[in-house]
Amino acid sequence: MSDVAPFAPGDPATAIATRGVVRDFTAGQQTIRVLHGIDLDVRAGELTYLVGESGSGKTTLISIMCGILWPTEGEVRLFGTDIYNLSDNELVDFRLRNVGFIFQQYNLIPAIDAAANAAVPLIAQGVDRGEARARATELLAALNIGDQADKLPSQLSGGQQQRVAIARALVHQPRLIVCDEPTAALDARSGRRVMDLLREVALADDRSVIIVTHDNRIFDLADRILVLEDGRITHDGRDMPKDY
Amino acid sequence: MVWIAIRMLTGDATKFYGLLFGIAFSTLLITQQLTIFVNLIERGASGVYNVPSADVWVMDPVSRTTDVNLPMPSTALDRVRSVPGVEWAVPHLRAAASVRTKEGDLEGVSVIGVDDATLIGLPRRMASGSTKVLEQPDAVVIDDVGTTRFFPEGYDPVGERLELNDQRAVIMGVADAIPSFTSQVTLYTRYSRALNFVPGTRNRLSFVLVGAAPGVDAKTLATRITDETGLRARTRDEFARDGIDFIIENTGIPLNFGITVMLGFIVGVAIVGLTFSLFIRDNIKQFGALKAIGVNNAKIRRMVAAQAAMVGSIGYGLGVLGTVAFIWSFSSNPTFKGFYIPWQVPLISLAAVTIILTLTGWIALRNVLRTEPAAVFR
Repeated sequence: MSDVAPFAPGDPATAIATRGVVRDFTAGQQTIRVLHGIDLDVRAGELTYLVGESGSGKTTLISIMCGILWPTEGEVRLFGTDIYNLSDNELVDFRLRNVGFIFQQYNLIPAIDAAANAAVPLIAQGVDRGEARARATELLAALNIGDQADKLPSQLSGGQQQRVAIARALVHQPRLIVCDEPTAALDARSGRRVMDLLREVALADDRSVIIVTHDNRIFDLADRILVLEDGRITHDGRDMPKDY
Repeated sequence: MVWIAIRMLTGDATKFYGLLFGIAFSTLLITQQLTIFVNLIERGASGVYNVPSADVWVMDPVSRTTDVNLPMPSTALDRVRSVPGVEWAVPHLRAAASVRTKEGDLEGVSVIGVDDATLIGLPRRMASGSTKVLEQPDAVVIDDVGTTRFFPEGYDPVGERLELNDQRAVIMGVADAIPSFTSQVTLYTRYSRALNFVPGTRNRLSFVLVGAAPGVDAKTLATRITDETGLRARTRDEFARDGIDFIIENTGIPLNFGITVMLGFIVGVAIVGLTFSLFIRDNIKQFGALKAIGVNNAKIRRMVAAQAAMVGSIGYGLGVLGTVAFIWSFSSNPTFKGFYIPWQVPLISLAAVTIILTLTGWIALRNVLRTEPAAVFR
């Protein structure tokens, strides 16, 4: 388990800091502890993998780290902000401006074209629709699917939809990108290409990328791998443990 | 975000048209049935509406409507005329009779005897001929319902002879009248001639129609007539209302139409509720993703409200247009003659549609609001 220092809010390299994060779920009369006091620092400029078996608590941890699930106990700071000390609306707004999401199923809106899908965070921020679309189209071009901007998600291949989802996660220039199994639906070659793309366009000195994955084909591409077992971080390193 | 909400809605053509159909059908059913109901029960007052010049109707105390009346002795006319504030008072006879048609069948008609001198009691407008025709021997004026009931379509009945209670009557004109509640054929003739057409008991005077003197309020005059003669006197509006109330109280029409309107509402709730719920369910992942990205509940509410408003406004418009088309397409049918859509009816159906959409939208929205953003990772 990592030996973490106390909070250093002034340290610009600390993207995410969690201290004593506990999460319980109640099922009927029973309370199940899914996370057991997670202490963790995630640095900016790194591609961090969160790896673990199903039920290990990685989805719960990533949800807490990006501000969409309240911890039962503990503290989470995103770029120095104690996010669970914010009001509901402040937290939603914080997410809108600072977090980008890439979902396993992409969750693109089927009725709007690729450019509009990629522009959603900007539109939600209140940016003019034309300007938002222009910025999204520019990003789609950078992701080599500029010519697909006017197509509906159903007219795109899985890989192209993935790129639209990446564009949506990046268009508003958030400081944290959260990816849920980004390569699960792709073959090995496409998966590596997506990871290369993420490293190329998503990673920056002031931005952190966290990826939840099972995919051992891409473990070698990580800057840091955190292994979660039964709600505890059991490994923190550049490579996967040999016995995993 | 509203734009995205609208695109989400219209992008799913099946559900979009399903929602439109539900709202339009509900609106049509509610608006059309309420329109027919209102127009139909207003026919209970058609006898009053057809005589706009009478300020006060005087009758036997037991009489209730133009069709449910007990004749008075002819002396009632003089008693009414003697009341201060009465500018004029004329006799008015309404009775049932039978006409033998050319085919030999007997058809029930309503005979209305209007004042011999002034012809007060006739409808204001004539569809064919002039009111002067009643000065000719055996002359009667038939209402336009009668022309379609007794004669082929497009046939001019002027000059046709009728066997009215075994007496000869000649149609000399067609009145542009509001049909009665039962759409029974009505024949207008002079009062003195009506007495011959409709033999009966000693008392024959159905009503005395009264015009108020200038400056005299109809309500005050009616009260005064009742006080001084012991007869029942009703202002024009009161007597019209009596006719409508009689139908409401004595027929199952309000219940039947009420059931249909309620069914329209229930069908609307069922179709729209089901389709809206399916639409939201199909898009719950997208809504969850939007919530995770940072779209707050207020914006989600506005999105669902925009979807409901769009479906509601188009569906409601189609439903009202459907009702207008229905009324327009049947306007040439005498049964539906003069039917109109009272301004209150579209407002009532708008309220119903608003309730349907608020109810179903709220149920659908609850699912969206309850969705944890974290669910998108599961």
